[in-house]
Amino acid sequence: MSPVTPPAIDMPTTGPHWPGSKPLAVHPAVPVRDPAFVSRVFWLGLALVLLWPLGVATEFRLWVLWEPDNRKVTADFVRSFWPLVHDAEFLQMLARETWRTVAMATAGVTLALALAIPLSLLATRVLSLSALSGRMDRGPAALRWCVRAVLVVLRSIPELIWALVFVRVVGLGPTAGVLAIALTYGGMLGKVYAEILESGESHATQSLMRNGSGRLQAFVYALLPSHAAELASYTVYRWECAIRSSVVLGFVGAGGLGQQLDNAMKMFNGGEVGTVLLVFIALVALADRVSAWLRKALA
Amino acid sequence: MKPLQQPFPRQAANLPYKLPPPLFDARCRACWFTAALGVLVVASFATLGLDWQAFVSMDALRSMGRFVAEFFPPDLSPAFVRKVAWASWETLAMSALGTAMAAVLGLALAVPASRLSPQDPAWLRRPTRWLLNALRAIPELVWAALLLISAGLGPMAGTLALALHTSGVLGRLFAEAMENVPTGPAAALRAQGVGPLRVFAYATLPQVLPQLMSYALYRWENNIRAAAVLGVVGAGGLGQLLSFHMGLFHMNKTATLLAAMLLMVACVDALSFAARRWMTR
Repeated sequence: MSPVTPPAIDMPTTGPHWPGSKPLAVHPAVPVRDPAFVSRVFWLGLALVLLWPLGVATEFRLWVLWEPDNRKVTADFVRSFWPLVHDAEFLQMLARETWRTVAMATAGVTLALALAIPLSLLATRVLSLSALSGRMDRGPAALRWCVRAVLVVLRSIPELIWALVFVRVVGLGPTAGVLAIALTYGGMLGKVYAEILESGESHATQSLMRNGSGRLQAFVYALLPSHAAELASYTVYRWECAIRSSVVLGFVGAGGLGQQLDNAMKMFNGGEVGTVLLVFIALVALADRVSAWLRKALA
Repeated sequence: MKPLQQPFPRQAANLPYKLPPPLFDARCRACWFTAALGVLVVASFATLGLDWQAFVSMDALRSMGRFVAEFFPPDLSPAFVRKVAWASWETLAMSALGTAMAAVLGLALAVPASRLSPQDPAWLRRPTRWLLNALRAIPELVWAALLLISAGLGPMAGTLALALHTSGVLGRLFAEAMENVPTGPAAALRAQGVGPLRVFAYATLPQVLPQLMSYALYRWENNIRAAAVLGVVGAGGLGQLLSFHMGLFHMNKTATLLAAMLLMVACVDALSFAARRWMTR
């Protein structure tokens, strides 16, 4: 390959940028080929080889989507989205179900708080009297460990599974959904509250407790004020998440928007599916805005 | 004439003759906020018509106890355990493939959704962000239920659902990462007359790649948990087996499946904790 020669153009002797600077020269040795070409191709190939078994395991055959009868079903379904269903009765029902979704999330988070606050107080190391003088006593340490384990188990079972279980016990309806949100979010909130309370400066708390205040007093007057904003903003964020998951809970029979969506989908009623989806996207966007605004106000 | 001596210093922290402030003040935003919160909570509980009797009565407790007792002993026959292991592998594969596809799709959407240089008109920025928001707003489970119609029952619908939802999430995160990157290298290349594609490939992408990887790994962790429950609507993995056996009241098998799910989530949590510790050390 012949060496690349710089183009013969008239270069000004002084650059355009500042007086006396060197002329702006085009670098002659711009490589024509990517120097890292071989290694890029190698890593891409390796990634494809590694992804292959995953594709086999998930029966991933995209061309199935392109088969004529499949394509027809999909096209019919998508076409049936328009016109959206918008008669007064349906919209009224939708408004009721939307409120139900929000109410389920709110009630669930309220119950979750009732679960999370005592558990996180039990789990916080900073509020231990025996830990003030070196190691924590064995009994309290074991109790804290147990409380943590309970919180981890509560949060690691997804709310959908809790809802499936509770639908069996208390029957179809919002009760199952509220309980599912309460348990999962109780675990999440409790664990994160404990982490937040332990993360900050504990000097004020410790000096209160060293001077003979009770643990609850130390919490209310020292630990809580310094972490209140963070705790509140995390709670608001979780409330937003709970709205999203309360829609999903409708799919297993806990009422709300999700159940309407499920019903409409089972009847292949595209117009209703479209309307519910739009309402749902609007609800999520609204919750997102409200929560962002609240968190900004709290910070 | 000397001014009269005041009985108290004006700026005392707590004037002794003053009453505490009223509990509710129309100008206090926090008061309004607390009141609104109280109304929201009370209205929620009041309108839902929660069925407490079904839950706290003796009868319900007994039926709950019976329900839990039916779980034991879990079905540990080799044939079923093999089936559960396969379903767990399927769940993992769904989440990994879905996340990989979402990373590619998210990157492809993040480029039009970000303004890479001040001169960039970025016509597509707004519409692409709307698309990303819509992808993100619909949960995986709803995507899965929608995709069942064209992809049929099975893990492919779940994988596609994870890919779509996650590409909305990752696309937005990627776009934000790319907009916040130092602009020096890209500006240097652009001043040399290098085209936009090569500026992206050699200046922007190498700078953000570690961050993109960490976002993708974080979403993968979330997706493993999500993939475990996607099957409830019939989209494959552990969830499909779970809803099948729970529907038929095979409680022993359900117990095994729940244990497998818990084990998987715990493993993922522990691994990610260890990885994070190792990386931040």
